[in-house]
Amino acid sequence: MTSKLLNFMAASAVGAGVALATAPATSAPVKVGVLATLEGTYTVLGEDGVRGLRTALAEAGDMAGGREIELYIGPTDASPDSAVRAARKVVEQDGVDFVIGPLSGSEGIALRDYSKTQPHVTFINGISGAQETTYVNPSENFFRFNMDGAQWSAGLGDYIYNEKGYRTIATIGEDYSFVYTQVFGLALEFCQAGGEITERLWVPLGTKDFGSIIAALPDDVDAIYLGLGGGDAVNFLNQYQQAGGDANLIGGTIMVDGTVLSSKGSAKEALIGVPSSGPQADTWDDPDWQAFVKSYQDTFAPEDRFPSPSLLATGYYNATTAALTCLDAIGGDLSDGQAGFRSCLSGLELDAPNGMIRLDGNRQAIGTNFVSEVVELDDGTLATQLVKIKENVNQTLGIDPDAFAQIGLPSREVPECKTSYE
Amino acid sequence: MASIADTAAAPSWYARIPLAWWITGLVLLFMPAFAGEFVLYQIFGWTFILGMIALSLMFLAGYGGMVSLAQMSIAGFAGYMVAIFGDSAITDISQGWPWYVTIPLALVLAVLFATVTGWLAVRTEGIYTIMITLAIASAFFYFTRQNYTIFNGFSGFNGVLPPQLFGVDWRHPVAFYYLTLFWAAFWFLATLYVSRAPMGLALQGVRDNPRRMAALGYNVTAHRVAAYAVAALPAGIGGILLTWQSAQISPGTAGIGPAIDILVIAVIGGLRHPAGAFIGAFVYVILKTFALDILVVLGFDGERFNLLVGLGFLAVVFWSSDGILGLWSRWRTSWGRDRLRFPGRRTP
Repeated sequence: MTSKLLNFMAASAVGAGVALATAPATSAPVKVGVLATLEGTYTVLGEDGVRGLRTALAEAGDMAGGREIELYIGPTDASPDSAVRAARKVVEQDGVDFVIGPLSGSEGIALRDYSKTQPHVTFINGISGAQETTYVNPSENFFRFNMDGAQWSAGLGDYIYNEKGYRTIATIGEDYSFVYTQVFGLALEFCQAGGEITERLWVPLGTKDFGSIIAALPDDVDAIYLGLGGGDAVNFLNQYQQAGGDANLIGGTIMVDGTVLSSKGSAKEALIGVPSSGPQADTWDDPDWQAFVKSYQDTFAPEDRFPSPSLLATGYYNATTAALTCLDAIGGDLSDGQAGFRSCLSGLELDAPNGMIRLDGNRQAIGTNFVSEVVELDDGTLATQLVKIKENVNQTLGIDPDAFAQIGLPSREVPECKTSYE
Repeated sequence: MASIADTAAAPSWYARIPLAWWITGLVLLFMPAFAGEFVLYQIFGWTFILGMIALSLMFLAGYGGMVSLAQMSIAGFAGYMVAIFGDSAITDISQGWPWYVTIPLALVLAVLFATVTGWLAVRTEGIYTIMITLAIASAFFYFTRQNYTIFNGFSGFNGVLPPQLFGVDWRHPVAFYYLTLFWAAFWFLATLYVSRAPMGLALQGVRDNPRRMAALGYNVTAHRVAAYAVAALPAGIGGILLTWQSAQISPGTAGIGPAIDILVIAVIGGLRHPAGAFIGAFVYVILKTFALDILVVLGFDGERFNLLVGLGFLAVVFWSSDGILGLWSRWRTSWGRDRLRFPGRRTP
């Protein structure tokens, strides 16, 4: 059996060279590579991203521009090496026309660099949210229809200063780029409004014991911002409650998502009333959003999906919709180095379920951001409720581009907390 | 490989190389003539790199009887050193020194790291060696992930590129293929040579009976530590090439998963001969790359591709206690057996 398997694999390896050589006729299927985290910590997130993509394909009947869509899935494990390896496989081996993905921040940066070596292929980001990906050395053929981590904080700083009345806050975050970027966005807005960040604490990703961090929390601040996700968030909340903590909390984008809100035990109750922000609000009553939620629920059986699409599903859905819309617009004609396809993407005004999205000169999304609060529903479950919408959030967060460049890239200490960055 | 003490009657060295080796060598040498860039760079480049790291484990485990899980950490350490002393996109930390300083320095430091590891591990036997080296591997992983001043934490270093030596872009698929092929062949032959040189023979003696070797006057501990130091070189070079291939190094590159993968590669290939490391690496890379496609072709859900990878490894280990090399030699013996004259008995 083993030798048969090997023979088969060797044959498919050789066959690939042939496949690359044949140029696709216009009626041939469009080959689409999909990169998603289907191994490791983010498997659940990657699977929901793929569900978002399949929802968009199902709506279009697996066709665009008169051509069938053929998927080539490249599994990654959230590390940049695995993303580039998977991208190489779908681009160089399967010969895809364009790639949708990846999911996680550092994967996005690695793929931006890789996309420069493959000018004939178009890359449409899945949901990865590092600022650098499109802000530093952007790549001509890399398009991102989702906002970055800093844009996902837009509206929150303002809201907690003016509506909640917090004047001083401390932040706790996982020690990596996505959370730096989130705190970056929060700090710019909160500090410009007049607030002050007294302390920034960083914990390694995957921290189990928050004892020393909880002991070090300052008690003279109005609120504490939590940039934690998944298991870290649940662990922190448990230990924080056991330690008798009762400060006001503010959540990052992945702090209040479904995985934390649907966790077992009473720890999550600390989150009731906590404000947070992100690219979607689960219970938004907008008809487009409701239609998307229904479409997602109809495409998959209840046991194969989340109750409602996560932001990863929304991100992949938007990327896929953008690609399909443009394929329709150009009649499936990807000749001339995909020039028509790319100019369509650059100029596209995407009427996404989570608000209008258009791209800036670096092919980075300008979109809508949502501030929400956690509420307890009648049946005892927790959900986020929309409190404020901020439209037209661009990558420099409304700050003059030159002044924005002066602030520097997000890191543990950047940005400084100042009332003006101009 | 011409190192076996020649006797007067022995045929010339090239005549003693089996035909299969000639064919393999020629096919590998002319591979770029018929293989695509993906196959050269991703399949074979990665195979040779993982093969070199597994070779260092094969050297320790096969000849020295010491199963070390720290070889991937040593590779990762060398990769990190190249990123820290050379160029990367993290300009705050990377020193930007020229390649002729960074590469030797990275290898020297990797050898030092391996020597310290070996010095800690050699006083233990069997499962305890595995545990100590696993502890070192996980300590290295967590340290690099949490240290920001030197190792830049979770994100590590990106933009680590090979030098443009002799006007060649060494990340071009063909150039990179020959670069990895050269080092893989070099360490393959070097391991064969060392295994028959006094040091390798003494090491095998230490493996088989340390007390007798000590009685003969050999310093058993020193031999074992020296084996760790020597094995650091192929691992270190593999680590540097791995860093160049993906243009980055981060804690995940040398995490606990990859450390175990190296053991898996060495075991499924077979520990009795250096070729096993490369055969194992090839099977690993092919399975990792194409498992999902095979499932889809067979009509299954692609998401369970890791199951196929695991079953493939399980099958090899189940049918052969000595990996693919063991399967091969068993098949050859049974093929050469005359079933009429010696039923059920193997020919000598």
